[in-house]
Amino acid sequence: MSKYMNDLFITSQTFAFLLDPLSHEFMRRALMISALVGGVCGLLSCYMTLKGWALMGDAVSHAVMPGVVVAYALGLPFSLGAFVFGVGSVALIGFVKQKSRVKEDTIIGLVFTGFFALGLVLVSKIKSNIDLMHILFGSPLGISDSDVHQTILICLIVVLVLIIYRRDLMLYCFDPTHARSIGINTGLLHYLLLSVLSLAAVAGLQTVGIILVVAMLITPGATAYLLTDRFDRMTFIAVISSIISSVLGVYISYWFDIETGGSIVLVQTTLFLLAFLFAPRYGILKINNLN
Amino acid sequence: MELFRNTDEVEALRIQADQVCVDYNGTLALYDASLKLKAGCICGLVGMNGAGKSTFFKALMGFVRPSRGKILINGSSVTTAQKDQAVAYVPQNDGVDCSFPVSVWDVVMMGRYGSMNFLRVPRESDKRAVFDALERVELVSLRNRPIGSLSGGQRKRAFLARAIAQRASVLLLDEPFAGVDIRTEKLMADLFVQLRQDSRSILISTHDLSHVRDFCDVVVLINKTVLAYGETSEVFTSENLSMTFGGMKPDPISGSISFDE
Repeated sequence: MSKYMNDLFITSQTFAFLLDPLSHEFMRRALMISALVGGVCGLLSCYMTLKGWALMGDAVSHAVMPGVVVAYALGLPFSLGAFVFGVGSVALIGFVKQKSRVKEDTIIGLVFTGFFALGLVLVSKIKSNIDLMHILFGSPLGISDSDVHQTILICLIVVLVLIIYRRDLMLYCFDPTHARSIGINTGLLHYLLLSVLSLAAVAGLQTVGIILVVAMLITPGATAYLLTDRFDRMTFIAVISSIISSVLGVYISYWFDIETGGSIVLVQTTLFLLAFLFAPRYGILKINNLN
Repeated sequence: MELFRNTDEVEALRIQADQVCVDYNGTLALYDASLKLKAGCICGLVGMNGAGKSTFFKALMGFVRPSRGKILINGSSVTTAQKDQAVAYVPQNDGVDCSFPVSVWDVVMMGRYGSMNFLRVPRESDKRAVFDALERVELVSLRNRPIGSLSGGQRKRAFLARAIAQRASVLLLDEPFAGVDIRTEKLMADLFVQLRQDSRSILISTHDLSHVRDFCDVVVLINKTVLAYGETSEVFTSENLSMTFGGMKPDPISGSISFDE
């Protein structure tokens, strides 16, 4: 009898642990938006890691900063400003690369820090109600209605593009020469992927902020890459692991009263470390290979 | 120009390059390159590194536009050939990322993408084409393996199968014999003969002369332009070869060139 009561107590305690946060509107919203953004960034992360665009992801996510500031100052949707600056930075990287003898990774580093610095200067100069800390570190707990709507729209666009072009983008990442030789417009795919990257970076900065958004764009893909040899499975694992990280991250930040963006990315990093150690074929411990 | 008036002749020609010049921002990579390749032949494209072999391939695939001259594939423009899936490129082994998470089947299926609908959903006919192609290169049993787990020779066969599944009439092969074992080499040689019987034309870019002698009907020697072109036995003179390789005479027995590589 007492044992039964005890079990019941524990069960209700566990549920309270999980359900309590849901009684707050801001938590429901934060969980919903983090899971959505996590899933979308997770899907994109497969292409980023396979294409070798981690640095490009970092660049674009930093370069959207002045765009966000300018858009807020002009009363435009922040996603529009971010998109323009994100794609603009990549175009600039391409232009400088073509016209100078400086190596590409140097140019990427140079351009994105330049844009980021411009963003910092603009924030300090333009009178607005932008909270620098929110842009830098994200604030899913304090996200506004209009931001929620914009983020949902962005996520829908990104998912739609990635679903419609998934085979073409996969082929583009794997063997662009073949793609081009059979008449697929690889230039279009290149800019499509960049545009989607800019959009996803804006969505991601809502939850984890500009500094950490690159983690959302590469870590789930890297984790999934260690766990499978099939592209479809890789996208599935990346999306699931990214959603789990986001939801768990928000919960942990609530339970322990810690910074949300950091918490989400730490969970992602932990999942990667687990895969790195224990992945059946590619983990360093290679558990399955022992038998 | 007068040469190509006869339509029968045009149809029987797979590749027709007429005084093709390609330059990259003012640097001449290829000039006055003319070549006619019949349907159903195996042609070696021989030259040093930087002699313009890959530029010529790029021009045939439509990646670079000749600044002068004209290229016709199956009698129509390169753009049309691309849309018709007429040209297939078989990359060198280090040309693609082989840790990519795709199976052998997936890779060969990529040959069908150009003929599929917008979403690239394979039909029954696509699956059959992939299976047939895998059968021809003897990789059916390995079709579910990740491409990265294959040996160099098997991987080469997988990419050949992709070109076969594509049903391309012109196959461009980049150093197909590099890092390939004897078994694969024999299999590939048999395959080339089969493909030739299907009246497909194969252009093999290489600087390995012994293989050219064994496999190719015709040979093109290039060094920024077409130096010599014709039946392998006629073109392979020591004079021509020393012209191709900048005065260095290759070893007549092994066919290897001492300073190359």
